Amino acid sequence: MATTIKTRPTGSRSKLPGLVKSLMGAAAFATMALTAPISLAEVNTTGLAVTEDTVQVGILHSVTGTMAISETGSVQAEKLAIEQINAMGGVLGRKIEYIQEDGASDWPTFAEKSRKLLVNDKVAAVFGCWTSASRKAVLPVFEQYNGMLYYPTFYEGLEQSPNVIYTGQEATQQILAGIDWVVKAKNAKTFYLLGSDYIWPRTSNKIARKHIEKLGLKVVGEDYYPLGHTQFNSIINKFKLKKPDVIFASVVGGSNVAFYKQLKAAGIDMTKEKPLVLTISVTEDEILGIGGENIDGAYASMKYFQSLTNENNIAFVKAFKERWGDDIVIGDVTQAAYLGPWLWKAAVEAAGSFDIDKVRAASPGIELTTAPEGYVKVHPNHHLWSKTRIGNAKTDGQYEIVYETPELIEPDPFPEGYQ
Amino acid sequence: MSYAGFKTLFPKSDLIGFAVLAVILVIVLPLAVDIFRLNLIGKYLTYAFVAVGLVLCWGSGGILSLGQGVFFGLGGYGMAMFLKLEASSPENTAIQSTPGIPDFMDWNQLTELPWFWEPFHSLTFTVLAIVLVPSLFAYIIGVAMFKRRVGGVYFAIITQAVAAILTILIIGQQGYTGGVNGITDLRTLNGWDIRSDEAKYIFYFLCVFLLFVCLGVAQYVRKSKLGRLLVAMREMEDRVRFSGYDVSNFKIFVFCLGAAFAAVGGAMFTLQVGFMSPTLVGIVPSIEMVIFCAVGGRLSILGAVYGALVVNWAKTTLSESFPELWLFAMGALFIAVVMAFPNGLAGLYSKYCEPYIKQKLKSFRAGRGGDVMAEGVAHERQ
Repeated sequence: MATTIKTRPTGSRSKLPGLVKSLMGAAAFATMALTAPISLAEVNTTGLAVTEDTVQVGILHSVTGTMAISETGSVQAEKLAIEQINAMGGVLGRKIEYIQEDGASDWPTFAEKSRKLLVNDKVAAVFGCWTSASRKAVLPVFEQYNGMLYYPTFYEGLEQSPNVIYTGQEATQQILAGIDWVVKAKNAKTFYLLGSDYIWPRTSNKIARKHIEKLGLKVVGEDYYPLGHTQFNSIINKFKLKKPDVIFASVVGGSNVAFYKQLKAAGIDMTKEKPLVLTISVTEDEILGIGGENIDGAYASMKYFQSLTNENNIAFVKAFKERWGDDIVIGDVTQAAYLGPWLWKAAVEAAGSFDIDKVRAASPGIELTTAPEGYVKVHPNHHLWSKTRIGNAKTDGQYEIVYETPELIEPDPFPEGYQ
Repeated sequence: MSYAGFKTLFPKSDLIGFAVLAVILVIVLPLAVDIFRLNLIGKYLTYAFVAVGLVLCWGSGGILSLGQGVFFGLGGYGMAMFLKLEASSPENTAIQSTPGIPDFMDWNQLTELPWFWEPFHSLTFTVLAIVLVPSLFAYIIGVAMFKRRVGGVYFAIITQAVAAILTILIIGQQGYTGGVNGITDLRTLNGWDIRSDEAKYIFYFLCVFLLFVCLGVAQYVRKSKLGRLLVAMREMEDRVRFSGYDVSNFKIFVFCLGAAFAAVGGAMFTLQVGFMSPTLVGIVPSIEMVIFCAVGGRLSILGAVYGALVVNWAKTTLSESFPELWLFAMGALFIAVVMAFPNGLAGLYSKYCEPYIKQKLKSFRAGRGGDVMAEGVAHERQ
């Protein structure tokens, strides 16, 4: 297809035979090289689903099954970003079209659908996955077929794939600054670590424990409960017995609802901060299920809260509500998902091509000054530089931001001394 | 096997069914679809192993197991352990704190390979374990249940509990099992890349071959005395017992056989999909497998294969076209099956298609006169 030329400015598409076309192409190239959008042959040398005026990408999240409640926000954010990019003229003059697939909260399905997106649909990028398990399931597929995945969730780290851009925080970015803050600002000395039983809470708590012990402080207990667990009375009794200054919680999903309700019912008033609850897993989305009155007073360590007051975020929240309804809340992961299409657009434009290899090469150093969380930058290790913020949960289901790291925190997926 | 024996094993109507299925799986599908879709069909077929086992247990023997995912999972995990060990050579895992062990063990602070992983360095052991471990496990469950005359609903509930227990065990012991992520990132089998298109073709045909082996065994069981006893047990267990048969042994045998089929399916799943996870072991997939069997027709082993194919194909295409609504469509399909044709696809076939085909054959034979006579004599001799 080396002869195809881009004729969109005049609106007519050439239907001439190959030879004439190639002559015209040569002529057109000579005269229009500076003004015309870049030709198809140049922006796509690997057979991706790119045409003269469109480019196809994939959205791969669970919209059914147990994870749907968490992942829906990400789907909405990605669609919003794509629509906004299209309204601005698209990427390299091409409108983005998305193919949405349902991972159905089932890891083999994720693998199947990612293979379909890459092999059948030949999409130029995929925005998707949420749980670590789903990412682990699709990772070999992306590496085999050389696709590009923008993964939005904060996660455990210990991974750095050339085929993934991690737009959420890896564990140290979320945890270290949070613990430092609670030690400095609240004079905490003892910690109780609690999490759901899978890789993310376990790795997070491992990092937290190492950090706490480095600071010369004490972990008085560490417990895990199966996903979906709803009986937290025994651990609440342990809190009462061991009286930790901080309960460091990484309970996920529906278990949160039971945990915070039972904590309140057991007479632990989180607004009194004795003990103080510091969570890394409850975003505004989860509070919808927990109920603001049940989590009032807890602290969360995240990179984004809906209540951020910078200009970018005010515009983002407004656009999000206009698109998806006034009742909607925006959590940390939703914002990270929103970054995906924008980071991809920036990388494609920097590369001047949709080719995965070129986009990958152009990705490190890509900056986004329009991110709702503020300024972000892609690190050579494919994670983002970002700030850590501490929010204090209020009864209306929003967080009041009480602290923000002054500097961007460098992503460090394989932290030395924490493994 | 003698010709007469073969004829008893495969009466003409069954033989046609087998031949049609073989043509579809070996010739039509590989020619009609690209390797991506063929790989998916290969995946669907791995569920057919389970469904065929269920036809024997449930359709023939009346033993409803809601925990076949356990055996599917054990087979799949066996294969995955072998492949994971191969993928975790010290060179590949040099960045870990302890090179040479699977990555998830390293993340969970294990510093050496657990003892029960050691034998999975050997492919021979792995292949044997894939069939024997689930069979043995089924034997233990079978002895514990059937010898005490636990049956029916109670048995179904217990198998479901076993499925739940195994899932919780796998998720909880993530240092040893990979936890909720499962065992992922499997690359090679004895140095041969299992992710290449060539490998996918080979696995597909291997899967079809093994499926026909299982179908052959299942057909043999159904046509043998054992098969008739199973049906008798299903209809009136006490009468069989009073006739002097040890009912529990037959039940244990067929349950173990179903488990072995499921395990082979699980191993083929791992090879074709490239990973194994606890989502395939639990209650939901176990019940789904029963649904494949029910849609296909629980009395027909071939129906079970079609059931697994049709349901999964519908699942894939519906979810591709309607990512947010497909589950409702699936639900509607299941309700329709149960309401409209309780004997599944096989029931539809024998009710509408078979008489038509028979009649056609009859009129065709009538045209050839002599042959019909010979046929008739042969039939009478049986």
